[in-house]
Amino acid sequence: MASAEEASRPFAGLSDVSISEEIPVEGDIAVPVGPSTRDDEFSTLDEPVKETIVRDLRAVGNKFIHVLYPKRSSALLRDWDLWGPLLLCVTLALLLQGGAADSDDQGGPQFAEVFVIIWFGSIVITLNSKLLGGTISFFQSLCVLGYCIMPLTVALIVCRIVLLSGSGKVSFAVRLGVVTASFGWSTFASTAFLADSHLTNRKALVVYPVFLFYFVIGWMILTFSPGN
Amino acid sequence: MTTPNDLQFQEFDEAADLLSADPGAPTLSMSASNDPAATAGAPAAGEDVKLDLSEDEAAQEESSELLGGQKSAGGFWTFEYYQSLFNVDTVQVLDRVKGSLMPLPGRNFVKHYLRNNPDLYGPFWICVTLVFSVAISGNLSTFLSSLGDPSYHYRPQFHRVTIAAVVIFLYAWLVPIGLWAFLTWRQGAERQVGGYSFLETVCVYGYSLFIYIPTSILWIISYEWLRWTLIVVAMVISGSVLVLTFWPVVRDDTRVTAVATVVTIVVLHTLLAIGCKLYFFQTAEHTPPAATIAPPIHPTPVTAL
Repeated sequence: MASAEEASRPFAGLSDVSISEEIPVEGDIAVPVGPSTRDDEFSTLDEPVKETIVRDLRAVGNKFIHVLYPKRSSALLRDWDLWGPLLLCVTLALLLQGGAADSDDQGGPQFAEVFVIIWFGSIVITLNSKLLGGTISFFQSLCVLGYCIMPLTVALIVCRIVLLSGSGKVSFAVRLGVVTASFGWSTFASTAFLADSHLTNRKALVVYPVFLFYFVIGWMILTFSPGN
Repeated sequence: MTTPNDLQFQEFDEAADLLSADPGAPTLSMSASNDPAATAGAPAAGEDVKLDLSEDEAAQEESSELLGGQKSAGGFWTFEYYQSLFNVDTVQVLDRVKGSLMPLPGRNFVKHYLRNNPDLYGPFWICVTLVFSVAISGNLSTFLSSLGDPSYHYRPQFHRVTIAAVVIFLYAWLVPIGLWAFLTWRQGAERQVGGYSFLETVCVYGYSLFIYIPTSILWIISYEWLRWTLIVVAMVISGSVLVLTFWPVVRDDTRVTAVATVVTIVVLHTLLAIGCKLYFFQTAEHTPPAATIAPPIHPTPVTAL
């Protein structure tokens, strides 16, 4: 009855603001200091620039090693980055310059053509595998395809060194062997990383464009002929 | 969706009498001819009962509509729409490629192989492969035909890839657009059914270009008689795929229009083949192609023979 009387008079209880001891009111309303120290661990604003660059370089180098010894690891996929592909693409495009008589348009691919083929080709292959129902993400696929150009870039460096000693039949045979081996290596490495268990019926449909992509890059490397 | 009312007009008298005698008797609805799962909807299910199977292709058209795969989902601005266009397995793509290599008079490519499931994988990658095979084979043939020439210095001629890409992709996309628009307009005027969708037209054209890939590789062998034989064979095969596909659609039109359409299809296809051969696979007597050469789809290369 007393509670009903109290309820009938709204705000009646506010006249007595003392808190009875039966209702414990305790607590700490101060913000705990913990997160600010955790924040310091992830904040990279204060570290020296050299450390930042070295960390990224180390990540890129780690992925290069994974391409050299392709096994089914998820290192390339988990921490994808596009620095490696950009580096490789620029190196490839620069090394393919200085070919036969750039003055007319009969020569090898221009710098822009190499860029367009590599990046546009990677995007198209990624879109193709996604449209066929693949579960790999867009940038992960770009990352893998870009990193797997590395054997072909190494082959181009070897080819240029071989071409320094002449461009006869022997050097052509050596270059053919090197480019074929690295093309096979690139295709094998990228299919090892891009292997998607989701698409059992369409594996050949996904692998063929990758094969064509590295074949074209291999062709560009093989037909590089030095200027006079 | 079929309601019970749709089923009633097909019931026979004795069944109706039995039902009226004992309304509570368990009944089985005949689901053979009115399959509620038919994706074509009620009118097509009704037509199936009255079909008289007079023409093989008409029957195939009906059955392919009923058995057809799922229609494309969503509008053309969604990703799922394009995913439905890549809904093919490896065996299906290989089967379609085989069908484009062996055109038989009874088999309409669209009805027999596509079966309401046109894909864009085949046309796109066949075009890309054709671009590179034509450019690379052309380069190789120029190199091989100039082997004895001491003044010849090997050139990769990479600009040909760009030219080949522009020509082939324009052909593989603009010609189907034009043909589909023309056929749709004619059917709108003549009130006919049985036309092909735009994607099916693109698909047929894409797969019909497949024969040119091995042809262009074989063109490296630099004997003129061999090259002309190969081009005739390829054009016959590829052209007959197209003609067999489009003839049933245009034959109900006026005679002049039908023949003119088919002749245009064949002529454009011929121009593409001959233009590619003349531009990319020149013999050693000609100078390497300078920038002054006319675009290969222009009729003038015929005089360059």
